[in-house]
Amino acid sequence: MEERTNQEWLEDLQGPHKDQAIADLREFLIEGLGYALGNHHRENMDVLIEDFVQEALIKILDNLDTFRGDSKLTTWAQKIAVRVAFSELRRKRWEDVSIEQFVPEESGVDFTPAILTDTKPTPEEMTTRDRMVRIILQKVDQELTERQRKAIYAVILGGMPMQEVAEQMGTNRNALYKLIYDARKNLKESLLREGLTPEEMLATFKDG
Amino acid sequence: MERIDQDAMYKMVRAIADVRNREIGCDDCFEQVDRFVELELAGESPGDVLPLVKEHLDRCQNCREEYEALLVAVKAMSGK
Repeated sequence: MEERTNQEWLEDLQGPHKDQAIADLREFLIEGLGYALGNHHRENMDVLIEDFVQEALIKILDNLDTFRGDSKLTTWAQKIAVRVAFSELRRKRWEDVSIEQFVPEESGVDFTPAILTDTKPTPEEMTTRDRMVRIILQKVDQELTERQRKAIYAVILGGMPMQEVAEQMGTNRNALYKLIYDARKNLKESLLREGLTPEEMLATFKDG
Repeated sequence: MERIDQDAMYKMVRAIADVRNREIGCDDCFEQVDRFVELELAGESPGDVLPLVKEHLDRCQNCREEYEALLVAVKAMSGK
């Protein structure tokens, strides 16, 4: 591929040579995405990669005016292609999983988390950890908004990707991060009021 | 939800204990991650230059996956 500076890329992608420049960029992104997705073995990956790059190219060309030159244009473009690819792959992977299965139906349900029955720490550690788990889950159920509670159960306790949870909750990843951030802050302050410091919480779980 | 296992609960405790007064979201991270990757490949301690990006990547699994994949791609394609 012809070496281009960022300025040359910008000019070529928007000028009379844009067909060649777009073809060069497409080829570059397809090869790069092949490396990026190296661990994802799916059928027809070559076809999928071409589709991802095609979708990414549309975004890239639409957003050239937002490129600030903080990196090489090819790195910036590859970032967009990676985001498109991972978003699509996650969507396919999680499309049949509902967040509801990770969220207890009613607040304050008295269920025993597996952590309290699976592990065999010393009786003394067990007591401290047991107490802490119960307090934390009680705070999650009682002191968060319903949306915060749902997000915490699905993302942090259930391990679902933020992107998928965001889509099912009718929001986006960035807004969901903020929702969870506010919930984490509330929980920290609330637990501090109970006399539970972050250091104590981490120490209790560290060796588990 | 029937089971919350040890790992999930530890993740929960960390998420609460590690909350900072200032954190960036996924959009701000995405905005800067290409620069972060290039700093990393240039051996220039991106975590010192862009600490909020580093913290977000440590915390957000989706962003971290995409960052790691981007790093692999840019490294493989450098010089091509």
